[in-house]
Amino acid sequence: MSEPLLTLDGVHTHIGHYHILQGVDFSVPRGGLTMLIGRNGAGKTTTMRTIMGLWRASRGAITLDGRDITGLATPDIAQANVAYVPEDMGIFSDLTVRENMILAARDGEPKDDRLRWIFRLFPALEKFWSLEAGALSGGQKQMLAIARAMIEPRKLLLVDEPTKGLAPAIVGALIEAFGELKKTDTTILLVEQNFHFARALGDDVVVMDDGRIVHRGLMADLAADEELQQNLLGLSLEMHQ
Amino acid sequence: MSPVPERSAGTGLSHPLVERLRAAAPILTVPVLMLLALPATGDPSAWVTLTLAGLAMGMMIFVMASGLTLVFGLMDVLNFGHGAFVSIGAFVGASVMLWLSGLLDPGGVTLHLAAILPAMIAAMVVTGALGVGFEKIIIRPVYGQHLKQILITMGGLIVAEQLIYVFWGPDEIPLPRPDALRGALVFGDVAVEKYRLFAVVLGLAIFLAMHLLLARTKIGLLIRAGVENGEMVEALGYRIKRLFVGVFVVGSALAGLGGVMWGLYQEVITAQMGMEIMVLVFIVVIIGGLGSVEGCFLGALLVGLMANYTGFLVPKLALGSNIFLMVLILMWRPQGLIPVAKR
Repeated sequence: MSEPLLTLDGVHTHIGHYHILQGVDFSVPRGGLTMLIGRNGAGKTTTMRTIMGLWRASRGAITLDGRDITGLATPDIAQANVAYVPEDMGIFSDLTVRENMILAARDGEPKDDRLRWIFRLFPALEKFWSLEAGALSGGQKQMLAIARAMIEPRKLLLVDEPTKGLAPAIVGALIEAFGELKKTDTTILLVEQNFHFARALGDDVVVMDDGRIVHRGLMADLAADEELQQNLLGLSLEMHQ
Repeated sequence: MSPVPERSAGTGLSHPLVERLRAAAPILTVPVLMLLALPATGDPSAWVTLTLAGLAMGMMIFVMASGLTLVFGLMDVLNFGHGAFVSIGAFVGASVMLWLSGLLDPGGVTLHLAAILPAMIAAMVVTGALGVGFEKIIIRPVYGQHLKQILITMGGLIVAEQLIYVFWGPDEIPLPRPDALRGALVFGDVAVEKYRLFAVVLGLAIFLAMHLLLARTKIGLLIRAGVENGEMVEALGYRIKRLFVGVFVVGSALAGLGGVMWGLYQEVITAQMGMEIMVLVFIVVIIGGLGSVEGCFLGALLVGLMANYTGFLVPKLALGSNIFLMVLILMWRPQGLIPVAKR
């Protein structure tokens, strides 16, 4: 088995006086989609932000492709070929869809073939290419946020709750898009509360509770074991959405 | 995939014309104010003179305020020391002009303007360079701490004023305009003061240059994105702190340029001129919408026009007229004329 792309080893994060992450340990295998799930307040978003350097780990180590990125600044982590889609999508509302995409393409103008691929997955973005992103609907904004992360091939994609507040039809479109992205061997770490979404896409699963990892395994195994779901999450995944 | 709406929810029920008018309303405030003043002044030639004076004043305030609004928008920094760059710019510009006084003796228009140009460039270079130090020593330790920002930047302003006394002495310095920019061009009954025309053209050129930079270049995109959500700009791999230093330097240099323009307008410079003009600069930044260059431009024009119209019509109200204008605009649009979407 190849070395994992991302490894968190005993990571602690404090925010003010609060000790949020209390020794988080897990690995993200290369080329797969790992789901990070857990109750509200378990520390999932803090984990993503700590990986991205937006909050500093007070202890422990984060390794990306064999390189220690624990103390790096956020732009350095992004330049290590990591894309991040935050929970609030991070769309620049005053910029057009096109301008949002141009900023995400660090290596120059977006490549035509890559754009065509994205437009095939998210046709609305082509339709509203010159429209201010603030005028898009919630689902379209999420598409733009994900498209922005996909505009250039990245080693690792961190996505925080992409289906939050979206209509089922949009969730279906996102499942299709992530399915396509998986075919490109991009490694994805995805925080999700929507069970259908998690089951449809997840290869591996990591469950968090109270700032710690309480389970690691295959998504299919967790999806098939209702008792384990009850033990880990306090309810079956069918209810957990 | 579900059908996608043309616009976001909440805009679909309005008539397109109403929507367009609503979008254009901030821009229309300037011509509306001008039109309201026309019958009030009663004399078209006086109205033209006042309007040009208001536009010229507005352009100068815009040059001074544009950097401040971007600095606030980009890094959430309240820089009360911005006026220091206005004063220092004026003094540096005056020194260069006095040094080049030979060129200002009676001669051709080209020679006169050739003396102003190095004065403006020197003012911008010096205030830009001081901006680097100001950001590093005074601003950087207090990022994210508004109260400390106000206190320490006010302190910086006071120190800068005292340094002006040290280098240039305590007296005000006369700064006469070159002959080429004195007097007026007369069109029938209308007299158009040459310096005001110069200020309008220069201010407009700076606004257009800033607009093009912000709208057409990647650096401009980064600045606009950074004003809205700096954290996300960093997550995309860009170093926003470097961008901020660049904007701070440009903003300081523009304040220095504004200081030279304002000094030539008043024909006298003092160490306190930066602090005095800051009241108008803050009004402009607030009514324009914090972080918005376009809003700052409209706000500056409104403030300049309002000050001149009320100064002519109701001189006793001139001092408070811009506060009244700010109250009116904030009651109508609490986030300012052109609010910037903030995360």
